[in-house]
Amino acid sequence: MTVSRHVLSVTVRDQPGVLLRIAGLFARRGYNIESLSVAQTERPGLSRTTFVVTGEDATVEQVTKQLQKLIDVLTVVDHSGSDYVSRELMLIKVAVRSPDDRVEIRQIAQDFRARIVDVARQALVFEVTGDERKLQAFINQMRPFGIVELVRTGMVALERTEQEEKERGRAKAA
Amino acid sequence: MKGSEVVMKMLERHGVKVVFGHPGGAIMPIYDALYDSSVKHVLVRHEQGGAHMADAYYRASGKVGVCFATSGPGATNLVTGLATAHMDSSAVVAITGNVVTSLIGTDAFQEADVYGITGPVTKHNFLVKNVADLPRVITEAFHIASTGRPGPVLVDVPKDVQLADYDGPLEAEIDLPGYRPTYVGNARQIERAAEAIKKAERPVMIVGGGGQVAPEEVAAFVEQTGIPVITTLMGIGAFPPGRQESLGMPGMHGTVTANRAITNCDLILGAGLRFDDRVTGKVSRFAPNATVVHIDIDPAEISKLVKAHVPVVGDLRDVLPRLKAQLPRLAIEPWREQLAAWKAKYPERYKADKGLVSQEVIQMLREAAGDCIVSTEVGQHQMFAARLFPTTKPRSFITSGGLGTMGFGLPAAIGAAFARPGERVVCVAGDGSVQMNIQELATLAKHRLPVVIAILNNGMLGMVRQWQELFHAQRYSEVYLADSNPDFAKLAEAYGIEGHNVFDREHAKRVIPEALAKDGPVLLNFFVYEAEKVWPMVPAGAGVDEMIIGDQEPEFADSAPVREEVPA
Repeated sequence: MTVSRHVLSVTVRDQPGVLLRIAGLFARRGYNIESLSVAQTERPGLSRTTFVVTGEDATVEQVTKQLQKLIDVLTVVDHSGSDYVSRELMLIKVAVRSPDDRVEIRQIAQDFRARIVDVARQALVFEVTGDERKLQAFINQMRPFGIVELVRTGMVALERTEQEEKERGRAKAA
Repeated sequence: MKGSEVVMKMLERHGVKVVFGHPGGAIMPIYDALYDSSVKHVLVRHEQGGAHMADAYYRASGKVGVCFATSGPGATNLVTGLATAHMDSSAVVAITGNVVTSLIGTDAFQEADVYGITGPVTKHNFLVKNVADLPRVITEAFHIASTGRPGPVLVDVPKDVQLADYDGPLEAEIDLPGYRPTYVGNARQIERAAEAIKKAERPVMIVGGGGQVAPEEVAAFVEQTGIPVITTLMGIGAFPPGRQESLGMPGMHGTVTANRAITNCDLILGAGLRFDDRVTGKVSRFAPNATVVHIDIDPAEISKLVKAHVPVVGDLRDVLPRLKAQLPRLAIEPWREQLAAWKAKYPERYKADKGLVSQEVIQMLREAAGDCIVSTEVGQHQMFAARLFPTTKPRSFITSGGLGTMGFGLPAAIGAAFARPGERVVCVAGDGSVQMNIQELATLAKHRLPVVIAILNNGMLGMVRQWQELFHAQRYSEVYLADSNPDFAKLAEAYGIEGHNVFDREHAKRVIPEALAKDGPVLLNFFVYEAEKVWPMVPAGAGVDEMIIGDQEPEFADSAPVREEVPA
């Protein structure tokens, strides 16, 4: 029994109720969905959802097969074990208590290439994009100043092209 | 044309001959269109009965079963029936009315979130918001229900959509890019399967519900290879039980031979089954030395519970003949002899030293009825029927396997009788189960179908009682029915159905052939020994090698059941 983190990309038809079906499958197996993002793709009528779940590999594989069975699901890709790029976007409001803080916060933000999207006397709102580790590092850096609130989009992922080509080759061979 | 007429026209186009349903407010336009339609409607007395009838209609005929229900309570009453069909892969199209679109989500009168509720118990479901979608949706519903691994599909049609005008075409293109069932097995995998089977010295084939569509292919495969065959509860009839290769049913109440074959085999060829927990027992003790070749049309079943060393995704009708072509007659005589010896040592047996016992009633029914359709309720009588009354033909043993739905048998008998007119149906029931859809006696009475309902009345919830006796220190909690059971014969008569209470062997011998000779329905209420148990039994959570043999033991005594040690 190996428990690990899985990043799943699921391409679905843009129909009401699709998310309900997908979420239902995870819930039935007792999985908490750590993050979930959904939006339309380059193809009209199709949406791509990215799930992050932690679970036993065999069970996640089973859930993947069950997802594949859903009529409105076109493809399911489990990125774990393959090479993929992932990004997440975060909006974070940081408290500004003194002019010195303001300078320091802005300096750190610059190092992270975070953009300021709102400026006020007592707070700054940053937009940060990156993989999860980067976002977590930014949160850690900002914590001493005081995080007023933050919101994250959840991870989105794409397989690297080279990997994808290899996978296709393998699928054809099978 | 109104949306409601589109619905009926689409059903006609899909060759629907009969619909099982119950009207109500939100489906009245469809019932109005039904009034002018060539489709026959069977008025049920509870929507659950309608769903089971549609389910059994498919199981008995291979043609999609259709049921109707109104919104809210009508549709929620279907849920158990849909879940039953879903678990046993039965093709059903359920059409439900719903409140008008503008009221959906407002807690309107007789409104329920039917789309949300039925999602997890159907293969797919639709909520039709636009009348122009109806032809396509209904076409897709029939396509999804009947192809790949069959299953129930629900189409929810709000009342305003039923009433909306439509003047477009009824032809519709199926648009399901995410649905592509695999029928043709992968050639390399079939080769690998053949190699594994050739190497095996002690192979055994297990045929499940998928075998119901491929009885000829199964028979030809066995004919060629000589491989011994186990049929699961859902696979009964996919291979004739009387054949030398047939080892009977596996699992919790399987035969000694079948369970021993599983424990001692070196290869399992699983064909159209899902290795349900009632079949496998404790998975780690299931076929510990076997290479598992698993053929199934549903890739999600492969390696779900039992790891498949050689998976083959495809239809048995494609895979089995191709596999057969690569196999010689297997040189497994010692194994076949071993199995034959076990079969001879452990025949079906029971003690008839009390008053009437369930097993002998079932045996009398089998002897008198011969080839017929058998439906069952759920419980001890179901297991006795599976063991003592397995049908020889496919699509003829109709039982709720996966969900184990009490209340299934009586409506299922009705659905099967509509599916195969002219054939005799025997419904083996218990006094507990049969009361869960007893209202369908009215449907049976109205249509005078050739159904004999045999209630094995032990005044108990027998299976629960058996578990309480064996595993709960004989604390018989809430299983006693006898003090408040109806007089079933009188109850039948109240519905206009002939009914007999049967207390003894002689009476049983006389009344069974008489009942089977009648054209219409008869209810027979057999008072049987209350403490009968189903043997052998694999306790829940134990391995199939840890079965309690009980009455199946050659020198069985009245003492505590013997626990058989089987070399693993």
